[in-house]
Amino acid sequence: MSRPLLEVEHLTIRFGGLVAVNDVSFAAQDRQITAVIGPNGAGKTTVFNCLTGFYKPTVGRMRLLHAATGREFLLERMEGFRIASEAHVARTFQNIRLFPKMTVLENLIVAQHNTLMRASGYTVLGLFGYRGYKRAEAAAIDRAKYWLDRTGLTERADDAAEGLPYGGQRRLEIARAMCTEPVMLCLDEPAAGLNPRESEELNALLRFIRDEHKIGVLLIEHDMSVVMEISDHIIVLDYGKKIADGTPAEIRNDPAVIRAYLGEPEEAA
Amino acid sequence: MTTDARPLDYGAMAKEAGLTAFVVLLLTIVLVGFELRDVPGALALFTRFPDVLAACLIAFFGRIAVILLREGYRGAVVVGAGAAALLLLIGLLPETLFGTAAAREYAEAYMPFSAPVVRWCVFAAAVFLAVRAALARRSVRADARSREAAADRAGATVQHVARYAGPLLGLCAVALPVALGHDQQAMSVAILVMTYIMLGWGLNIVVGLAGLLDLGYVAFYAVGAYTFALLATTEGIEWSFWVCLPLAGLFAGLAGVLLGFPVLRLRGDYLAIVTLGFGEIVRVVLQNWYGFTNGANGISGIPRPTLLGLSWEEEAPEGQMAFWQWFSKNFWEVQYSATHEKIFLFYIILGLALVVNWFALRARRMPIGRAWEALREDEIACRSLGINPTNTKLTAFGVGAMFGGFAGSFFATSQGFVSPESFVFIESAIILAIVVLGGFGSQLGVVLAALLLIGLPEAFREVKDFRMLAFGLAMVGIMLWRPAGLLAHREPTVRLNAPGKGKTP
Repeated sequence: MSRPLLEVEHLTIRFGGLVAVNDVSFAAQDRQITAVIGPNGAGKTTVFNCLTGFYKPTVGRMRLLHAATGREFLLERMEGFRIASEAHVARTFQNIRLFPKMTVLENLIVAQHNTLMRASGYTVLGLFGYRGYKRAEAAAIDRAKYWLDRTGLTERADDAAEGLPYGGQRRLEIARAMCTEPVMLCLDEPAAGLNPRESEELNALLRFIRDEHKIGVLLIEHDMSVVMEISDHIIVLDYGKKIADGTPAEIRNDPAVIRAYLGEPEEAA
Repeated sequence: MTTDARPLDYGAMAKEAGLTAFVVLLLTIVLVGFELRDVPGALALFTRFPDVLAACLIAFFGRIAVILLREGYRGAVVVGAGAAALLLLIGLLPETLFGTAAAREYAEAYMPFSAPVVRWCVFAAAVFLAVRAALARRSVRADARSREAAADRAGATVQHVARYAGPLLGLCAVALPVALGHDQQAMSVAILVMTYIMLGWGLNIVVGLAGLLDLGYVAFYAVGAYTFALLATTEGIEWSFWVCLPLAGLFAGLAGVLLGFPVLRLRGDYLAIVTLGFGEIVRVVLQNWYGFTNGANGISGIPRPTLLGLSWEEEAPEGQMAFWQWFSKNFWEVQYSATHEKIFLFYIILGLALVVNWFALRARRMPIGRAWEALREDEIACRSLGINPTNTKLTAFGVGAMFGGFAGSFFATSQGFVSPESFVFIESAIILAIVVLGGFGSQLGVVLAALLLIGLPEAFREVKDFRMLAFGLAMVGIMLWRPAGLLAHREPTVRLNAPGKGKTP
């Protein structure tokens, strides 16, 4: 196998005396869905926040490889917003973070800010109706349309994002992340609060993203029906440590994982 | 007519109305009841208890009318308020029409208030109640949510109308000097209102779009004014208005960026407090840096703007020609008039304000404008999308400050004199009030609010004693009925499907 999209080595994060993530190493491959699972408080979201620049790790290295250009990014050294704009890592949030008063379409256009900003000559040319900007805006709308189609939100394109039902808001957040043209998409509990039918649709969407857009997907999820069905690779965290790493079939039968989720058997204690 | 009326509880009604009258009594007994007047050689305390009594009675009966309206007795309200209005009309008309002493006594027998405007306000309130009772379809109390939705719909309608009304209003503004040009006083008010409209539009970019609550906006106004004043009066520089104007804007914008840097991490209330502090710092520096700004004495003798080198004085300085002389030579004979300059100043500030308006409307549809709005909605989400929050906030601060600086340099040239007195906190508060009152992000709302807050007090100068009272009342009313502002409605910057009301994206 070629070099992985993302390599995390010896990642440790301390908050004061609390060790939230303790020496975790893993890799995520391009064109694969990698799931990070674990009981509550295992440190999954903390790992995510590190990868996307919201926290700085105490120790460790996170190396992201752009396969197309061969460029390498050391995420732990980058400022938060540059991880999105230069390394092209996109994320969603556990508690949805849309721009509630803006419309669905505007949410997707804002996601293409950096491209549009360059096209508008950093606003100066755009103000005077520069043609190149109009073309770029039309292209941005086309991309937004594509993702609206994919997520079934075309009908609601001109409604305020806060007016969408919960499942729609989840899908919009994924669409918005995809509009930044990421090489890696990080999803923090995308199936939380979805009904079984919506979960099913989400699975299809994530598979589509992996297969058609050929990017890596990193996923935190509690819903095992989602995890086991679509993941290519699973990493299990417990108390900030990695306790297992493998394919869904391996994880399902891993005694350490069963122990972490179900507790120690009485007689072994 | 009273089919949906509920049975009345007279005791509760009297209690409610009595309580209202009592609150009015408490409010007016000090504010209205006593007046300290300057009589030759001393101060004398005068009382106006009839005014207080009248106010209490009006409040009492007004409240009863409101209760009746609420409980569904529309007929009674129509008759009662209608009769009151009619009586007032009979009492007030003679004075307004004839203005004789006898008529005034007659009117004052009706209403003790000394200012006719107040009496007419009472009349207007009675008419409003009667009309409202006659038109109300049902006396259902709207809950806050549906009221908010209705307000938003009203805002949306206004915004749709604004596409045509905006240019129309602009034309009206352009034509205004034709109607009022002879009246120097009116032109001064128009210039003042226009200045506040411009400041409101400028602050709207910072507060309305980017959501950065700035309580020290007047600091940039001051930087612009002083930049212009110093450049134009310092010996050896003495550049003209048209050279100094962009420089003043540039300096103010720079000040905005400089002040913006340390407060980038702050949001909401904390940002408001720090910007308030900055506003005061700028004023205190201007006041105390005597060698540079001439301290509290201010800078006087700031030259007036010229039109292509034509002066607006009666006697032009050496080597220049006065406008009226030039006009008489090239077109037709005009006499010198001081209002020419006022008209010219009005057009300058109108042009500047329209530039701000144009920028704000365009920028909303630019990536930077959308990023401002997104930043207002959720900063963390912005970062996750690769938007640089530092730059985005600083541009908002800088652009807003730059427009404030333009307005400031206009202020300096139109007054001919600047001093720290003009840049106190209350100015920031008024500009912010204009933005909040108009509705965040609404351009037309700012115009309306500036007319209300600046224009009305000027028009009602004769009742200046009650100005702050009316100001407070208006603010309370807005908070009760339109907490989001007069014309609060957000129009999407881009649409996929044309909306119902026949607008293409």
